[in-house]
Amino acid sequence: MADLHIDFAGIKSKNPFWLASGPPTNTGYQVQRAFDAGWGGAVWKTLGDPVINVTSRFSGLNYGGQRVAGFNNIELITDRPLEVNLREIRETKRAYPDHAIIASLMVEPKQEKWHEIVKRVEDVGVDGLELNFGCPHGMAERGMGSASGQVPELVEKQTYWTKEAAETPVIVKLTPNITDITATAYAAAQGGADAISMINTINSLMGVDLDTWNTIPNVAGKGTHGGYCGPAVKPIALSMVAECATQPDIPVPISGIGGIENWQDAAEFMLMGASSVQVCTAAMHHGFRIVEDMIDGLNNYLDEKGLASVSDLVGRSVSKYKKWGDLDLNHKVVARINQDYCIHCNKCHIACEDAAHQCIEFYTESDGTRALKVREQDCVGCNLCSIVCPAEGAIDMIDQPSDVSMTWNERQRLISTFGG
Amino acid sequence: MDSAATNAWKIFDEVKPDMKPKEVMEEANRCLFCFDAPCMKACPTHIDVPLFIKKITTGNMKGSARIIMEANPVAATCARVCPTEELCEGACVLNDASLPIMIGDLQRHTMNWAMKNNPQLFEAGEQNGKRVAVIGAGPAGLSSARELARYGYQVTVFEKQAEAGGLDTYGIVPFRLPKHVALWEVEQIKKLGVSIQTNTEVGKDVSIQAVLDGFDAVILAIGMAHVPPLGIPGEELDGVFDAIQLIERVKSGHVTDRFSGKKAVVIGAGNTAIDAATCLKRLGAARVQIVYRRSEKEMTAYPFEYRFAKEEGIEFRWQTQPKRIEGDENGNVTSVVCAPIMLGEKDASGRRRPIEIDNAPFPMNTDVVVKAIGQMRDVPLIEAFDLAHDHGVVAVDPLTYQTSNPKVYAAGDVIFGNGKGEAMVVAAAEQGKKTAQAIHEQLLSKI
Ligand SMILES: Cc1cc2nc3c(=O)[nH]c(=O)nc-3n(C[C@H](O)[C@H](O)[C@H](O)COP(=O)(O)OP(=O)(O)OC[C@H]3O[C@@H](n4cnc5c(N)ncnc54)[C@H](O)[C@@H]3O)c2cc1C
Ligand SMILES: Cc1cc2nc3c(=O)[nH]c(=O)nc-3n(C[C@H](O)[C@H](O)[C@H](O)COP(=O)(O)O)c2cc1C
Ligand code: SF4
Repeated sequence: MADLHIDFAGIKSKNPFWLASGPPTNTGYQVQRAFDAGWGGAVWKTLGDPVINVTSRFSGLNYGGQRVAGFNNIELITDRPLEVNLREIRETKRAYPDHAIIASLMVEPKQEKWHEIVKRVEDVGVDGLELNFGCPHGMAERGMGSASGQVPELVEKQTYWTKEAAETPVIVKLTPNITDITATAYAAAQGGADAISMINTINSLMGVDLDTWNTIPNVAGKGTHGGYCGPAVKPIALSMVAECATQPDIPVPISGIGGIENWQDAAEFMLMGASSVQVCTAAMHHGFRIVEDMIDGLNNYLDEKGLASVSDLVGRSVSKYKKWGDLDLNHKVVARINQDYCIHCNKCHIACEDAAHQCIEFYTESDGTRALKVREQDCVGCNLCSIVCPAEGAIDMIDQPSDVSMTWNERQRLISTFGG
Repeated sequence: MDSAATNAWKIFDEVKPDMKPKEVMEEANRCLFCFDAPCMKACPTHIDVPLFIKKITTGNMKGSARIIMEANPVAATCARVCPTEELCEGACVLNDASLPIMIGDLQRHTMNWAMKNNPQLFEAGEQNGKRVAVIGAGPAGLSSARELARYGYQVTVFEKQAEAGGLDTYGIVPFRLPKHVALWEVEQIKKLGVSIQTNTEVGKDVSIQAVLDGFDAVILAIGMAHVPPLGIPGEELDGVFDAIQLIERVKSGHVTDRFSGKKAVVIGAGNTAIDAATCLKRLGAARVQIVYRRSEKEMTAYPFEYRFAKEEGIEFRWQTQPKRIEGDENGNVTSVVCAPIMLGEKDASGRRRPIEIDNAPFPMNTDVVVKAIGQMRDVPLIEAFDLAHDHGVVAVDPLTYQTSNPKVYAAGDVIFGNGKGEAMVVAAAEQGKKTAQAIHEQLLSKI
């Protein structure tokens, strides 16, 4: 049994699995149920000045018969009075002293507003603060959420104001609705953030109803852009974590959020530099009980890898994440079809023929059956055939022996030295 | 074994292959991960089905195996022999909306992984100084032993056969349940420090008094015994067999050619009859007919067994009552003379009473007769323990599995009521678990 305890910027938790700020962390009742189920920590539903929420609020993207491949919402921050939330946080923290409770905060971009709310939540015993600079709808129209989160100066300034008042660690939660997330991550670090978390939800419109022509979801026949999350956003979130983790001038711990459903997703985020992970949609889809397999699966995985502690996993893939210019131009892989596993759907052929480099061809076996093989000299190793192949093991991408490595950047340097 | 014998043995290999990797993932991902899932409630051992399937989808096979075996110590066996369409799969919510999840096959897949990789899933509890004797190493006895070992008891299992496993090892045909599966489960239990003394019959090799005196509690898990006599003339002829003994010999690796090309009649229509009939087919019998005095509806064999038998080419003669077995001058069976049957009102067991139609007997020519009309009870042993019983069915408290002697508990087929359909491995396993819990609760106060 590996040690799953983490110390995230000073916030201690018995495992790296936290519930992200959202509907599952709306009340003390829910957070306590989550802790009973095994979650190590919870980021409380964002606190601020009371709002009014609309109905309906959510929609799910179903893909090929699977429900909730993606999820979107037009919900705002908490609509419960601050006093009620504070009382429940205090009660929950008392009953669960070994679990991490982080207060998510969003107020107008004014110094005294931040000072006031920080003081009030720290009074009830939270372990840390998370500044919500991410919500893409509703709050942005009031100059909060992603409206502040998209402007590096505002991120830095508000982080700074918070730090002036805060005694507990401050995490800045970043919006993905920005061209380069490292700009705001850097600003947060400059403002004194103890850690950053990402991602909040992505601008999206889930769909249009073909009968009523209403947006999905709709509120009395009208709709608006909402925040996208769930399994579909994982690759976007993971790349943003990687971008920040590889920046030496963003030297703060990262809490990874976005599309995490199981221990495997969590482990990927941790390998890419996240030292805690947060989950919202998966808990909404299946309930708090999913954390059991997250803990058990991660434990078994660490044992299998011979790692004594989950912290030994953090960041192990960061050095493998590079700029395109640092990739070896001489490296070559080619596709190879394994006849033992091929089920002859011919999908690789048509994919290569119509959309790649026309190098998977039919031939006739000695017994007269038709089969496919790759003309390796023409294969560019793009992976398309193996991506569309439905049969496990039928197409392998094989590393080819290559010359000495030469990246684009090295090549440019050589040209400028000798060529120009 | 020479090569002919090896080949002969091959036909006894497990019929059903493991699921293919792609099939596993597609099926496992189809599971809805229901909350308060009906499949979990329908499983007599209450395996957390959605959770073990979720763990398959995340590649956490060790976790999947742990969830299954936590609830059911003989889950590799159960994945092969449970009537899943009447249990977990029958309860799956997708029965209405689509097709039920193939829970049994997914469980078998996880258990196959476990048998191959042998992860350490459980540990013995800290020794609490109490000793429990278990009589009989069938699923009921093994399951109670595993639980007791985890609670910290020192457990000794007495088994009269040469190998442990009970009917899982000796009674269920190898092409449905290979012997190595049951023996692997036995190994897992031994790993927890349980001592299993085989070739040790209680009442013969060890005295009853020694067992009662030497332990803090005793679990009687002796199952049932051999097939009772038919009570018709000709039973002593050469060519009349006991189904359970026949299967036992095959499972022990004795493949004979004496049935090759022969005609056989199997009497009875429970799972023993089906197993015996399909076994005979594999031993080369030319024609195998099952005769049963009631109709297809009253047959106790499970639908999947019935389907399997028909696929194997077994013929069924319903409403047919054997009257006598006839032989030639050398004492070899030549035919069974049967009477046709009419079905009357329902009897105490809820099935329609068979009424013989007189004056219409007819012979069925055959070389072999196999009796599979149920199992007898070891009444002498039960009485030697001085336990209250009803025709050999030991009476127990339904909650604590305690017999009329408060120190003696009973679980499995030995408490299985007559006329209640078919006994099941999974029920025996659950009773074993519950008995262990009851003993723990009872003895805990004394620790
Ligand atoms: C042919 C056949 C097919 C079956 N098919 C299925 C099926 O498909 N699915 C299903 O769920 N169930 C099936 N069953 C039923 C299932 O096998 C039983 O319900 C189950 O094995 C009962 O478990 P048990 O532990 O109570 O008894 P058993 O498995 O009978 O084990 C009892 C053990 O006690 C030992 N013993 C007896 N007396 C003594 C003594 N005095 N001292 C020491 N040891 C003793 C015996 O040798 C035996 O090993 C089948 C049964 C038969 C006979
Ligand atoms: C309905 C809903 C409400 C949310 N509310 C908040 C919120 O109040 N504060 C916040 O910081 N993030 C909020 N989020 C964003 C989540 O915390 C999380 O960043 C995002 O959903 C991505 O993670 P996921 O893919 O695990 O859901 C909300 C998400 C959803 C789906
Ligand atoms: S989940 Fe369904 S029942 Fe519950 S609040 Fe939402 S719409 Fe209502």
